[in-house]
Amino acid sequence: MIRCEPAGAEALLLTLAEQPNAGLPARLAALVDRIHAELGPLVVDLVPGWTTLLLHYDLLRTDHAQLCARLQPVLAAWERSVGVAQSTRLHEIPVSYDGEDLPWVAQACGLSVAQVIALHSGREYRVGAIGFAPGFAYLGELDPRLALPRRATPRTRVPAGSLAIAERQTAIYPQASPGGWHLIGRCSWRLFDARRDPPCPLRVGDRVRFVSFGAVDP
Amino acid sequence: MNGLRVLRPGALSVLQDGGRFGWQHLGVSPGGPLDIQAAAWANRLLGNPWGAPLLEVALGGLELLATLDTWLAVCGAQMDVCVDGKPRPGWSSFPVQAGQVVRLGYARQGQRCYLAAAGGFLARPVLGSVAAHLREGLGGVRGDGRPLLRGDTLGCRPARSSGGRSVPWRFRPDYGQACELRVMAAPGHEAALAGLFAQSWTLSPRADRMGMRLEGEPLAASAREWSQGVVTGTIQLPPDGQPIVLMADRQTMGGYPVLGWVHSLDLGRLAQCTAHTSLRFEPVSLEDVQRELREFYRFFR
Repeated sequence: MIRCEPAGAEALLLTLAEQPNAGLPARLAALVDRIHAELGPLVVDLVPGWTTLLLHYDLLRTDHAQLCARLQPVLAAWERSVGVAQSTRLHEIPVSYDGEDLPWVAQACGLSVAQVIALHSGREYRVGAIGFAPGFAYLGELDPRLALPRRATPRTRVPAGSLAIAERQTAIYPQASPGGWHLIGRCSWRLFDARRDPPCPLRVGDRVRFVSFGAVDP
Repeated sequence: MNGLRVLRPGALSVLQDGGRFGWQHLGVSPGGPLDIQAAAWANRLLGNPWGAPLLEVALGGLELLATLDTWLAVCGAQMDVCVDGKPRPGWSSFPVQAGQVVRLGYARQGQRCYLAAAGGFLARPVLGSVAAHLREGLGGVRGDGRPLLRGDTLGCRPARSSGGRSVPWRFRPDYGQACELRVMAAPGHEAALAGLFAQSWTLSPRADRMGMRLEGEPLAASAREWSQGVVTGTIQLPPDGQPIVLMADRQTMGGYPVLGWVHSLDLGRLAQCTAHTSLRFEPVSLEDVQRELREFYRFFR
């Protein structure tokens, strides 16, 4: 059952599922496109989360009731599309597994460094949300054998390009920032550049694979 | 480029406009002025459109040298405004000539003052906006998100007399009055909301353009797991039970429980509060907020 609730005076929150699932991000991306096509300039911003979609709207052009009414057929069609395969892009991102927390992560998980690398690079991830900072993509799901809680005390500065893990997610820090995730490697891709179009190569629903390069001590 | 050369940048002076919208799905914060009423009045006094680039001056201490003849307007926090040492009234527009020095003293009441120039300041937009966002490195005079620095020039065009204008007294807020913020309640946190309305809160010194932290008897709410999009004015409850009101430079998503949303037209009042100010919350309906906000937009936009 999809919920459509106000989120302040100029936004509404669509809750599309109670729990995330592997197919949901790609389906959310399709819904984002559909809503933009249907509502045009009424929409100021459309922000997908793992299970939600936040729609910022122009209060001078529309209101909550009107939007809910116009969204109803779009959402009904979207619900009927369950099981329809979504075409998604695959990004293969080269990384070097030499993060400063890697030995600690291996120890905490009861694995060798080589096993951590094999588990991390051995599966495909989905972009579930982009937030926290421009271009910071939350990728899931991480192998449960690598799941660790965030650091008790976040680092005040994580270098740009750091490949990191926390709980069942992995991500690359697009710019230097404070951060509480465990650093397992580095990536030379620029994940956010305001001068590029689009500024971020990833979008919600995309698939990501990490490809190890460079000499890495097992 | 001609305009206003920065002799002293002040504590934290940032170029702002209507905000950087359309990029929140990539994690880009909207930014914009913390006090939208004061900013809107400063532009309106000069006949500028809504969202024309202007300067948000926190705490004051700004000194600028005009390199052309133009008109300026100052609205918001009470700061002494002088042109070549001669006082000018606040909430009013006034002319400056090439070679004159414009000085804003330190805030005596309120925290943030808006300085607008006729036609708006000129800067290269980044992702459609000049709003300076330090953490993201976007916008501002140099395009890298930094606040104003000594030696920067706020570019603007020359302007002839438009006649001085002032904001009518009845529209000028009194930042000395008790701060009461109206809140739209979010569903699912009735007990925490009752606690929010029942006590008075103290504004923490850990308050900035991203969020205003409050201190009081801790509230409890069940934790939410999955991050979702948030709006400006969201009241978040982190695990320590001390609420945070998200301001213009907020992140785009959050994972903490959401208790409600501060009335968009009360956020400016909050932004004018000094640290340790006591404040209270009271409930307001979504319909009332939307009606007042529409009126505000129709007048200024």
